[in-house]
Amino acid sequence: MRLEPISAPTPARRIVPPVLALVATLVVTSVLVMIAGRAPGDVLRQIVIGAVGSKFALLETLNRTTPLIFTGLAVAVAFRAKLWNIGAEAQLYAGAVITVILGTGAMSAPSFVMLPVLAVAAFIAGALILLGPVILKTRLGVDEVVTTLLFNFIFLLFVSFLLEGPLKDPMGMGWPKSARMLPEGRLPRIFDGVRLHWGFGVALIAALVIWVMDAKSTLGFEMRAVGQNRDAARFAGIPVTSVMIKTAVISGGLAALAGFSEVSGLKGSLTLDLSPGFGYTGIVVAMLALLHPLGVVVAAFFVAAIFVGADSMSRAIGVPSYIADIMLASALLFMVLAILLTKFRVRRD
Amino acid sequence: MDILDILFSAAFWAATVRIASPLIFATLGELLCERAGVLNLGIEGIMVAGAFAGWIAVWAGLPLWGGVAVAFLVGAMLGGVHSVLSVPFGLSQHVVGIGMTLLATSLTFYMYRVILPEVSSPPKITAFQPLDIPVLSDIPFFGAALFSQTALTYLAFLLAAVMAYVLYRTPLGLAVRAAGERPEAVATQGLSVTAIRMGAVIVGSGLMAIGGAFLTLSAFDSFFFEMVNGRGWICIALVVFGAWRPGKAVLGALLFAAFDAFQIRLQQTPMGAFLPYQFFLMMPYILSILALIVMSRRADVPAALMVPFNKGER
Repeated sequence: MRLEPISAPTPARRIVPPVLALVATLVVTSVLVMIAGRAPGDVLRQIVIGAVGSKFALLETLNRTTPLIFTGLAVAVAFRAKLWNIGAEAQLYAGAVITVILGTGAMSAPSFVMLPVLAVAAFIAGALILLGPVILKTRLGVDEVVTTLLFNFIFLLFVSFLLEGPLKDPMGMGWPKSARMLPEGRLPRIFDGVRLHWGFGVALIAALVIWVMDAKSTLGFEMRAVGQNRDAARFAGIPVTSVMIKTAVISGGLAALAGFSEVSGLKGSLTLDLSPGFGYTGIVVAMLALLHPLGVVVAAFFVAAIFVGADSMSRAIGVPSYIADIMLASALLFMVLAILLTKFRVRRD
Repeated sequence: MDILDILFSAAFWAATVRIASPLIFATLGELLCERAGVLNLGIEGIMVAGAFAGWIAVWAGLPLWGGVAVAFLVGAMLGGVHSVLSVPFGLSQHVVGIGMTLLATSLTFYMYRVILPEVSSPPKITAFQPLDIPVLSDIPFFGAALFSQTALTYLAFLLAAVMAYVLYRTPLGLAVRAAGERPEAVATQGLSVTAIRMGAVIVGSGLMAIGGAFLTLSAFDSFFFEMVNGRGWICIALVVFGAWRPGKAVLGALLFAAFDAFQIRLQQTPMGAFLPYQFFLMMPYILSILALIVMSRRADVPAALMVPFNKGER
């Protein structure tokens, strides 16, 4: 077989493959649910109810959406420039570590000073974490996929060391967790009495800013040009290395804001289970959003809903909640294939 | 115990060979994929799946070699999915690979919970036992270090020799290497680049899964979620370190394993009390990154790695 570009895709061509991808994901999920001896309809219904079926469920989903918007944006920005940042997990923890160091007593300031300082410090920490692999790539040609992946393991061990050593809460009954954040360092709730913090608001603002930057600024254009064809971009006079480094700063910084928002907004302290793989899930979010900054918001909500819904379904019906990860991984693979089929026709030789 | 005591103990070298074995299987699998032009980032998930599949098959009653075969088949099936997406459809090998790792890992954890819903600790199996090679295992020091390993370890080294022979001494190996260097030349010969690349990914993924199964069937006797713990990513670094050659890849795996065995023993020395254990555990990952940096200047990378091939397109 071979692939033939379609010059003018019909509306059906553009809609049918993505719909089929969703159907295929549901079929895979259903088969696995049946292997577990349960009825697919019940499971899917419980997932939807658990995700958005009540005010409590919806707030839970929105809280889970927040870090995924940040990591999803981080991945989308990087992947657009073909910078394969798989290290959002480490960058997230870097942001969380800085937030905890500054927010538990290293500085004292009123809230309106403290919060911006924490956010900027977290952003810088995440940016620095990604800068290493990117400089190795631009200077020496070391593949950033492997270095960013391996660095996740290194940094998590480092956080584990911090939580058992310098950052350990003396009042923590021996548990590896940090001290509580000062009240000035906590992100307030958006509405009184509603369990949703301003991290969500910051995430939406970040998505808007990235969207404007992407669509309107020179840097956004240069990043896309570098992503489409690095050699052509260099030939056209775009400073490729400098664009890659700026991309890395933005991407690493965004991922670190997820850590800031989780510590300052939701948890109030740092533990080693702060992120159940938000950095990796950000890849799925970004791909499902087709790397579009506003799409990331929608995709992050969708992904968060599946996770929160599957947790609740698992408690109610007993199908392992790993079904959520399977749904997302298969949705990712089916979707990249579907997007290809909206642009290419398969011809037999 | 000081550093010299560690280096002169047969147990240290035996541990080195043991730790290297799963890395050798998986590194050779990745090497085969990359030599044909496909970067397989599914490796981490495929190793997890292989570790589970081999173990659960033996737990269900299959003999140990049956478990190895099941692991290979599961790996090959996952490789089949990867190869369809990355070869004929030419989708981004980064995205497909990461997606495959997520899929294989979550499928494994799901099946574990479905098959063993209520267990607090996973059941144990009777793993491969050390097999003393007659005469050789009686050699002082070297016998205990090298020739008292499990059958699966001997297979790993045998596989490296077979892989080197096939890649460099057979027409099939030439075709695989050419598919990764100059696919158009392969197509000109009337061979199918698609078939060669898919075959390499399927077989390579099977080998990665055996690498995972080594952990559950030989190194330990049970399955844990965090078992593979980045070994797949380390193997990708080892392929680069080994300059895409089986022999050098084995040497790299041994060097790496020696370092790992060394750091484990170093933790029990006075230095271990001085440095927190997390820094010892970091060393394998740091070493992998250093290896990538050191080798980065060399241009051995297959020319068509990650370049999709669409026949008739120029």
